Amino acid sequence: MARELWKGNEALAEASVRAGLVAYFGYPITPQTELLEYLSLRMVKLGRAFLQAESELAAINMVYGAACTGVRVMTSSSSPGISLMQEGLSYIAASEVPVVLVDIMRGGPGLGNIQPSQGDYFQVTRAAGHGDFHPLVLAPATVQEAVDLVYLAFDLAEKYRTIVIVVADGNIGQMMEPAEMPPMRKVKKDRPDWALTGADGREHRIITSLELGAERLEALNLRLQKKIARIRQAEVRYQEHKVEDADILIAAFGTMGRISQTAAEMARAKGIKAGVFRPISLFPFPDERLEELSRQVSRILVVEMNAGQMLDDVRLAVGKDFPVEFYGRMGGVVPLPDDVLEVVERIGAELNDEQR
Amino acid sequence: MNNAEEKLVFERPRSLTDAHTHYCPGCTHGIAHRLVAEALDELGLRERTLGIAPVGCAVLAYYYFNVDMAEAAHGRAPAMATGMKRANPDKILFTYQGDGDLAAIGAGEIVHAAGRGENITVIFINNAIYGMTGGQMAPTTLEGQKTTSSPMGRDISIAGHPLRMSELLATLDGAAYVARGSLHDPKHIRRAKKAILTAFKVQQAGLGFSMVELLSACGTNWKMDPVEALGWIKDNMVPYFPLGDYKVTDAVKNL
Amino acid sequence: MHQSIVFSGFGGQGALFAGQVLTYAAMDTGRHVTWIPSYGPEMRGGVARCTVIVSDDEIGSPIVRNPDVAVVFNNPSLEKFQTEVRSGGLMVVNSSMINVSVDRSDIRTLWIAGGEIAIELGDVRMTNMVLLGAMLAANPVVELSAAEQALRDHLPERKQHLADPNVEVLRRGYRTATKE
Repeated sequence: MARELWKGNEALAEASVRAGLVAYFGYPITPQTELLEYLSLRMVKLGRAFLQAESELAAINMVYGAACTGVRVMTSSSSPGISLMQEGLSYIAASEVPVVLVDIMRGGPGLGNIQPSQGDYFQVTRAAGHGDFHPLVLAPATVQEAVDLVYLAFDLAEKYRTIVIVVADGNIGQMMEPAEMPPMRKVKKDRPDWALTGADGREHRIITSLELGAERLEALNLRLQKKIARIRQAEVRYQEHKVEDADILIAAFGTMGRISQTAAEMARAKGIKAGVFRPISLFPFPDERLEELSRQVSRILVVEMNAGQMLDDVRLAVGKDFPVEFYGRMGGVVPLPDDVLEVVERIGAELNDEQR
Repeated sequence: MNNAEEKLVFERPRSLTDAHTHYCPGCTHGIAHRLVAEALDELGLRERTLGIAPVGCAVLAYYYFNVDMAEAAHGRAPAMATGMKRANPDKILFTYQGDGDLAAIGAGEIVHAAGRGENITVIFINNAIYGMTGGQMAPTTLEGQKTTSSPMGRDISIAGHPLRMSELLATLDGAAYVARGSLHDPKHIRRAKKAILTAFKVQQAGLGFSMVELLSACGTNWKMDPVEALGWIKDNMVPYFPLGDYKVTDAVKNL
Repeated sequence: MHQSIVFSGFGGQGALFAGQVLTYAAMDTGRHVTWIPSYGPEMRGGVARCTVIVSDDEIGSPIVRNPDVAVVFNNPSLEKFQTEVRSGGLMVVNSSMINVSVDRSDIRTLWIAGGEIAIELGDVRMTNMVLLGAMLAANPVVELSAAEQALRDHLPERKQHLADPNVEVLRRGYRTATKE
């Protein structure tokens, strides 16, 4: 398959189709709408299910229903829409059915705006709904990575019977880059042994998130926690750029990761040894590797398009004694490489002064 | 007469499990469950049926129906059924919902499922009260009816009017079959069964959305004994929620 | 080689598509490339702007503060980018729509009558290709032939009949700018 020019949202849609998507349910919201629009034609032409729901609330519950039958199903939305989906996400997590969700983040809180933002890091990693659960969260920085991760997301969702959220800011949804599409997978005919397919020649099956007894609900929770522990063990993903000799380590995800990479190069041109650590899995957060790196760098600078959310995870990883700095912009303002460079230069100067 | 022939005249429908239900004495959920189960048995649909339980007294219905079932979030059963049906057009889908579930928190989902002509069957239990949470006002609570959240009786100037869902949904082009029955006496129970059979036949034929509303008793929260409660349906609910077919498309008539 | 080029105009002037043609040409000639729009609620008549980055290496940031090149279609775009284009950079100005003077002496400015040329060759809506052709003459980030091929290859089926006229306009823009 040759490289083709893809818009992020449409690339995510096509890669999902190729992963064997059986059903899509969604609701329009900028800046993810092209994903829904693309599938409205593609899915129908393939004879697969596509439905524009009456709300995000309905969309996520349609997804929940289809997921109970063991088919590959997804929805996509942007920040305010994800808030509406939180009810369904909590039920889905408790029911342990696999679901893929794409979140193309925009400025918040409230109606906010439609500009790119990373303001929902907490929402997707910590608080995707009520109760104790964490979705598996993957954050691409390029259109190609968005394609690869959403393709992988369906496998991970099935493997762990969990929600996988592919989260990106509006930049990645809206931008075009060359990308290579993965091969078209056949839609799987067989269904998993927990799926609702009709009680034909077997006991009837029940999928529920209700456990009235405290101990039984605790047992369900313990099972979820065990699963989360397995995910923490096996699904950590990150990318490093010139960290080997770095003095200052910039930690940033998604679009900010690649902008920081440019800033690090600019800093190196000025004699400052900067490197970039880009978490790809936001949950599980690559805390062990970051802790390791903290022993060889002098300072960590966290850069985000928010008020400092991944910052918490970085601080948890490296401990309170390690100097961590933060630079962020909000409301849809995207820091440019020279904005980041300015902070790196300031830190560089401070480190020089300390050494004198 | 040692060789008297044994003749089976009554048995548990295959579509019901042998679990004891948790419903109160005098509650009509058991009757409604049985009618749905008999209909699935008679039409030979059990093995390919997927059901969705609501939030409300019937939240545990998945223990009682011997079919594959899922439990929905409050009010979202029609959306969930939509997802299941769209991904599995060969399955038979039913939701079982109470008045709070369907007419209050899930009013959006039911209207759009009906509007789309979603090929699912909805069993709507209307007992004019919230049962599970202990007797609060429902969207179908009658004017003047006392509940724990309308202790002086439902005041229209505060709480507005009760919703007639069958009438409302019947106006939508996607609705193929909408009927209201009652479970207050054997004659009406037999009629209700017929309506439920029709609703599933509508779905089997792919004709669109079907719903059967069943006026039901909640003696516990109405604070009445079972017989009194059945009488209350007849005397108070039926006049406000008239029984009958509200939508029967030509295609359904020709079934 | 690493170059950032902004195309900016009113919605409907084809600034985004001009950027896409360049992006396709860069991709088809083996370069790394990104195309990113500034997106807003406006559907028609609002600001339409995109940034294209063409590079021999992997691209980090898809956005820049001071682009190397700005192709400006209208007055507001000129006003914005004449302060933002980097020193030593290039600005391609659609003189058919712009009557504001450029007060930068540290950048190259190329004035081209995009609208007039497009009208002369059949349709004012081809202004974007005049400006792209002119930009490529002053700044050969990709070969003109690569842009022509990209235009032919990536015009949607239903617009294929517009390929020849657009290629002609692209060439005219290129030739006009070469003469100047």
